Amino acid sequence: MERTIYREIRATPQVMQLGGLLAAFILAALWSVYTVEHHGHVITGMTNQIVWGLPHVFAIFLIVAASGALNVASIASVFGQKAYKPMARFSSLLAIALLVGGLAVVVLDLGRPDRLIVAMTTYNFSSVFAWNVLLYNGFIVIVGGYLVLQMMRKVDPRLVKAAGLVAFLWRLALTTGTGSIFGWLVARPGYDAAIMAPLFIVMSFAFGLAVFILVTLWLFTLSGRIFGDALLIRMGRLLGIFAAAVLYFTAVQHLTNLYATEHGGVERFILRDGGIYTLLFWGVQVVIGGLAPIALVFLNPSRSSTVLAATLVIIGGFAQVYVIVIGGQAYPLDIFPGFDVIEGFNEGIVNPYAPSIYELLLGLGGVAIALFAAGLGAKVLRVLPTNLSDANLPADR
Amino acid sequence: MTNRAELTRRDILKSGAAVASLTLASGVTLMAFGGSADAKGADAGKRWGLLIDAGKCDADCSDCVTACSTENGWGHGDHGSPETDPAWIRKVTLKEQSTGRTVSAPIMCQHCEAPPCVDVCPTGASMQRPDGVVLVDKHICIGCRYCMMACPFKARSFVHEPVADQKVNAPRGNGTVESCTLCVHRVDKGRIPACVEACEQAGHSAILFGDLNDPDSPISKALEQYPSIALRDDLGLNPAVRYQNM
Repeated sequence: MERTIYREIRATPQVMQLGGLLAAFILAALWSVYTVEHHGHVITGMTNQIVWGLPHVFAIFLIVAASGALNVASIASVFGQKAYKPMARFSSLLAIALLVGGLAVVVLDLGRPDRLIVAMTTYNFSSVFAWNVLLYNGFIVIVGGYLVLQMMRKVDPRLVKAAGLVAFLWRLALTTGTGSIFGWLVARPGYDAAIMAPLFIVMSFAFGLAVFILVTLWLFTLSGRIFGDALLIRMGRLLGIFAAAVLYFTAVQHLTNLYATEHGGVERFILRDGGIYTLLFWGVQVVIGGLAPIALVFLNPSRSSTVLAATLVIIGGFAQVYVIVIGGQAYPLDIFPGFDVIEGFNEGIVNPYAPSIYELLLGLGGVAIALFAAGLGAKVLRVLPTNLSDANLPADR
Repeated sequence: MTNRAELTRRDILKSGAAVASLTLASGVTLMAFGGSADAKGADAGKRWGLLIDAGKCDADCSDCVTACSTENGWGHGDHGSPETDPAWIRKVTLKEQSTGRTVSAPIMCQHCEAPPCVDVCPTGASMQRPDGVVLVDKHICIGCRYCMMACPFKARSFVHEPVADQKVNAPRGNGTVESCTLCVHRVDKGRIPACVEACEQAGHSAILFGDLNDPDSPISKALEQYPSIALRDDLGLNPAVRYQNM
């Protein structure tokens, strides 16, 4: 095999066009933010019942995927799988890019985004949200440092491995923090479960790897580089295992809830009577985003199966985050146990939610920011290997 | 639980220079360091609370809601939908599943002793005064709505549109979260909350206001004498609002 050589992608007309398209999405998101700031959130689909909407679904998906995108680097640095080593740099870069995209959505959806400096300087340490601000900023610094170490010449490999280990542990903490945003909400029956943290970690494994596979293939195709079938199929198998782990944790989450009579209501809502949420859960999350990709990568392992499986995992992942975030709020709070509410606005009923175009544009803008940043990074930094053909793969150990 | 702005103010109060400036311009100094001038009225020895007698509450009366809205300037000029309009206080009528008995009562911020909204607020905007009243510091609320996710009582509202006709005693702001203040601006001057007054004037007297820490206060005596419940008592938050005959 030849030595792994990293080269910037070239600014072909196709690359520039795609960059322009992403920039257009980012501009549309900024227009949406400006409009919402001007009129207030009254023009969005979010209400005093569904307080977090579609932007938060996008943001949480991106943040969860960010920590997962780092897995490829962790597998190389921490777990010593040499085949993943050439992709480690881009894995770190993509992780930062996805996190920035997700955070942009969260910040731009704030009622007062102009007070971001307050959020960065005034901490309430009993808030898991405040801890997350530190975890997110720390992630960018640590993974950034890890990327620099990987790119430096003549660095002791033990130092890179140590940085990789710190980044890996930090990303576990980060996803624990993200899951705990929901897991620690005792008031809402749809959340309030310790399993949210590990569930979010396995979700990040699956979503992050799926995004990594698609974005890397996309950039390789754009720059005319070769991504070997065997390597892709191997990553597809790993994705299948991660997708199965998500299904397992999801099953435990719901079985545990079903056992407790007090949670029967919210379980019946998500699993049986919830309309759109039930459809998204069984149809999109479990079947399209779980069982189908697992079947694809194990029963028919191929290049196209892996690409399709990665796409389905992302679609299923969005559905899963939607069911958790929106479904958890749509189910009414049980303020008066033992009573039916016969009068009282929006009391004890399933809260309706219809996302607006502003929310969709903001969410898509976050995705565009992540992809633009990843593409720009690949354009100006030597993070993408020139050749990932199977013949060029380093043998493991 | 205190917020950072308050701690800063305390730290400064400890220094001699601050004492001097406080003497010169107390209100200005307190405001400048992020506190509110009213906070000096908060007495750590007290815990203000409400006892709501659902047996006296008339299902067809909503004078408490109207009074709160008038006193604090919410609900006027809002042209959003009912889903997005603020509701610092709301009336509910309930039917007991096992008996069919119906009961009516107002619901507002329960001013928990261990408020989840204060725990989760990333900036400390959601805060508790020494006398137990839970408030939002509108100066550092970033509008993330995590407190609304955490509140078990749906007591908080997000301001979904620009506000007009604000009251001096209850500053509001588009993009921030708000809720019942227990009318601290009145309480600090020795008056009772607007909802309590309105209920009395309507002839129901279903809401009793007072100091839960004072064993001789009418509210403490009533609580000692008659059974009452707290909403979502299972959460162990020890709300300062309790209900009788629910």
